[in-house]
Amino acid sequence: MSAPKKDHVGGWHKKLGAMDRMRGLAKYTDDLELPGMLHAKIVRSPHAHARIVSIDASEALALDGVAAVITGRDMPIPYGIIPWTQDENALALDKVLYVGDGVAAVAAIDEDTANEAVRRVKVEYEVLPAIFDPEEALRSDVKINPYSRKGNLTKEVELEFGDVDGALAGSALVIEGEYFFEGTTHAAIEPHCALAKVDPDGLVTVWSATQVPHYLHRELARVLELPARRIRVIQPPLGGAFGGKSEPFDLEFCVAKLAMITNRPVKLLYTREEVFYSHRGRHPMRMRYRTGFDADGRITAVESQTTLDGGAYSSFGLVTTYYSGQLLTAPYGFGTYRFHSRRAYTNKPACGPKRGHGSVQPRFAMEIQLDKAAEALGVDPIELRRRNAIAADDLTINELRIGSTGFLACLDAVERASGWKERRGQLPYGRGLGVAGSTYISGTNYPIYPNEMPQSAVQVTLDRSGRARIFSGASDIGQGSDTMVAVIVGEELGLPLEDVRVLSADTDLCPVDLGAYSSRITLMVGNACLNAAQELRRKVQGSVAKRWGVEKSRVVLADRQAIDREDPSRAVPITQAIEWAESEHGLLAAAGSYNTPKDRHGSYRGGTIGASPAYSMTAHLAEVEVDDETGEVRVIAIWCAHDCGRAISRGLVEGQIEGSTYMGAAEAVLEVHAVDPAHGGVHAGPSLLDYRLPTALDTPAIHALIVEAPDAQGPYGAKEAGEGPLHSSIPAIANAIYDAVGVRLDELPFTPERVLAALEEKRKRERQSPREKLPLVAQAAEAEE
Amino acid sequence: MSPHPPSLLLTLRVNGLDVEVAAPPHYSLLEVLRYKLHLTGSKQGCDKGDCGACTVQLDGQPVLSCITLAAQAQGREVLTVEGLAGREAHPLQDAMDRFDAAQCGFCTPGILMSAEHLLRTAGREVTHAEAAHAIAGNLCRCTGYTKILDAIVDASTKTGGGR
Ligand code: FES
Ligand code: FES
Repeated sequence: MSAPKKDHVGGWHKKLGAMDRMRGLAKYTDDLELPGMLHAKIVRSPHAHARIVSIDASEALALDGVAAVITGRDMPIPYGIIPWTQDENALALDKVLYVGDGVAAVAAIDEDTANEAVRRVKVEYEVLPAIFDPEEALRSDVKINPYSRKGNLTKEVELEFGDVDGALAGSALVIEGEYFFEGTTHAAIEPHCALAKVDPDGLVTVWSATQVPHYLHRELARVLELPARRIRVIQPPLGGAFGGKSEPFDLEFCVAKLAMITNRPVKLLYTREEVFYSHRGRHPMRMRYRTGFDADGRITAVESQTTLDGGAYSSFGLVTTYYSGQLLTAPYGFGTYRFHSRRAYTNKPACGPKRGHGSVQPRFAMEIQLDKAAEALGVDPIELRRRNAIAADDLTINELRIGSTGFLACLDAVERASGWKERRGQLPYGRGLGVAGSTYISGTNYPIYPNEMPQSAVQVTLDRSGRARIFSGASDIGQGSDTMVAVIVGEELGLPLEDVRVLSADTDLCPVDLGAYSSRITLMVGNACLNAAQELRRKVQGSVAKRWGVEKSRVVLADRQAIDREDPSRAVPITQAIEWAESEHGLLAAAGSYNTPKDRHGSYRGGTIGASPAYSMTAHLAEVEVDDETGEVRVIAIWCAHDCGRAISRGLVEGQIEGSTYMGAAEAVLEVHAVDPAHGGVHAGPSLLDYRLPTALDTPAIHALIVEAPDAQGPYGAKEAGEGPLHSSIPAIANAIYDAVGVRLDELPFTPERVLAALEEKRKRERQSPREKLPLVAQAAEAEE
Repeated sequence: MSPHPPSLLLTLRVNGLDVEVAAPPHYSLLEVLRYKLHLTGSKQGCDKGDCGACTVQLDGQPVLSCITLAAQAQGREVLTVEGLAGREAHPLQDAMDRFDAAQCGFCTPGILMSAEHLLRTAGREVTHAEAAHAIAGNLCRCTGYTKILDAIVDASTKTGGGR
């Protein structure tokens, strides 16, 4: 007799709370309203770099309905998400560092009055020279960030593994390239919003559209100079984040401070323009790569020089700088490796983590390098990638311990689904196919602030009504983490999802979780939840087994029942089973926590950064059409195979694959986040019209293919799915463009202008020297002579 | 200049109910819905007509409520996401739920209002291309639209287009 059916893990689930959102009932932060609530607005700098000479708020305060005005002096303690680089203030103290830097905040009875008050705050500036280019910033004596310790260098990492120069010298083929990744931003459709109130007993509650309630909690305590126990952070349903809400922002400090001063609730909603200026998106990176190959196409050496344009603050930049090199060492083995990355301050909106933090840009460069090598060697690009694939449990060159890898299965899957073998080379001019691969972490082994405490924790209780409750610190930012924990508890306790309640992301009621970033939640919170759920399961099984006088292992919890595995006719409702267990043990409650292995990282300085319990693997295959008259690139279809270890909930995993692939495609052809130096550093297009997001008509057909190579570190073998499937989307498109029209685009995005310029360049080359049409392999051979 | 000019008194029919509401003359329909009537299902993503999160229907036509003056809705019929379901979920809501088509769900109310118009006016099963055209004014940052379009097409097979 087979075991009773359990349909939870690996099934398809409706997302928890989705119907509330679809009926317009869910309360996002801006949907909350409290009695007597004031509205706040921030006075922002029109200059990219200036000293604040004076601030005069008297006219604003004289306006009817204005309750308070605060400036940097009201909150002078600096903060920053990384403890070693706390280089920002809630509002500028002495200097503004980019157009849009916050200078003062007002609270008034309504938005219109607050806006009028903002206009009446008089700020006198002494304009300073502004720097928009990172290389220039690194050379300049003008110091941008006053907290900086090394001029305009915010972080520098140089690591070498093996004799790179020797390996390059001995390589059969060396590909050199220079790549530029212009910045992009998150553009979640929900703008940042925060609301604060102060209780009569002094408790400050902050509701915020954040993906890191715990870090926000810590930084609020620091800047407001309050003990953490007097602050409560609640994250309401969130309208998208993608890394754009993963550190504290000025608005959270401002609403809390203004609520403390006025003793009234205060809300602040960013305008869309403010969202663009607040940024923290993908760093512009200029990357120089040299990659060596042996005659069989195995990678002998990788060498990179990268400049990161960090903008005005450090944000996560210390980590970004490491990630720009550390996360490149899978899914391919490198014979030797050296990277040198420098991050500079500039007078621009600060960059930070965007989906695929720090590693999307180098992946773009690397995968084009591989494509160039495949052509030079006359090897099929998928085959070249297969030859270089690392194996399960390999140690990478920089000492990352890879657990499971389904990378080869990912390559097989996209090759098959796209018809690569039959169609490649057979498409008409203007149509092309391109492939790329990548890897990503499932959380980081080391938390942002060093400590030995669990990175994730949940509490689960079960009561006689047959209901389970999960208190989880995790932030559901739309990715479905609430559903994920409910599926796990349902699986273990034999309950349908509708019998599982999840309360999450409330620092007063839920245990600490570090937040929704670095793709950590499924693995870490999932493991914590699994521990707690299994403890409860064992208690219930034990009590039932006692009543039945059988071995505990015979009791199965499924379908709201406890069933005897060996005699399925013997079963009791789960409520009865719980009653027996509750009678025996008292309240059925279990705490589960998870901490990462601390023995899985490189044994050198910096070797902990990039170390993860498990790594996801991805392959993308893109089909494009390039119009050589207009230069327009149309991405027709993308196949993405992603190894998530185990899909706990298939629909949610597919959704992450589709959303990531879409976002990569958008960055490839449309999106640019930049300021305009000719106009003093104003944003080049701070609106959802000028910053071009793909609509349903612009988005390619996306085929999500789930690959499962279970990892011993993950709950049920699960690894991440939220960020990995973005990376190789971009270079797959670049490689497809080359296949379509024979031009390499090493700068993003692939705009019609760039495509036309590259085509023109190619025509010129062909006219001048038809000989250069020789296959690259011949050129490479010549170059060696 | 005072930020508070005298209010207008507006009469609208919202989700089948007559309402009378006083609002400043510059208020958008979105502001009246969210701030005065506490119908917060319609979202503000940009407040300038770029994202579609605020889409509602005015006399059965999808409009961007953030760039529609409340005064323009005077005496007219407004349908918001809160009015879409009856006792049961609307077939579109049901399909979006079954397909996991809402991730953060912030774009969803607007998409539902655009898609409902498509299904009602088509009166038959719609194609993916038609669905994509219908929601081309609604930006979604989470899903890549794949499951949303699948859900709309699926719902159209259930409704034959109409409600
Ligand atoms: S809020 Fe109306 S279109 Fe964006
Ligand atoms: S589901 Fe998040 S914006 Fe569409």
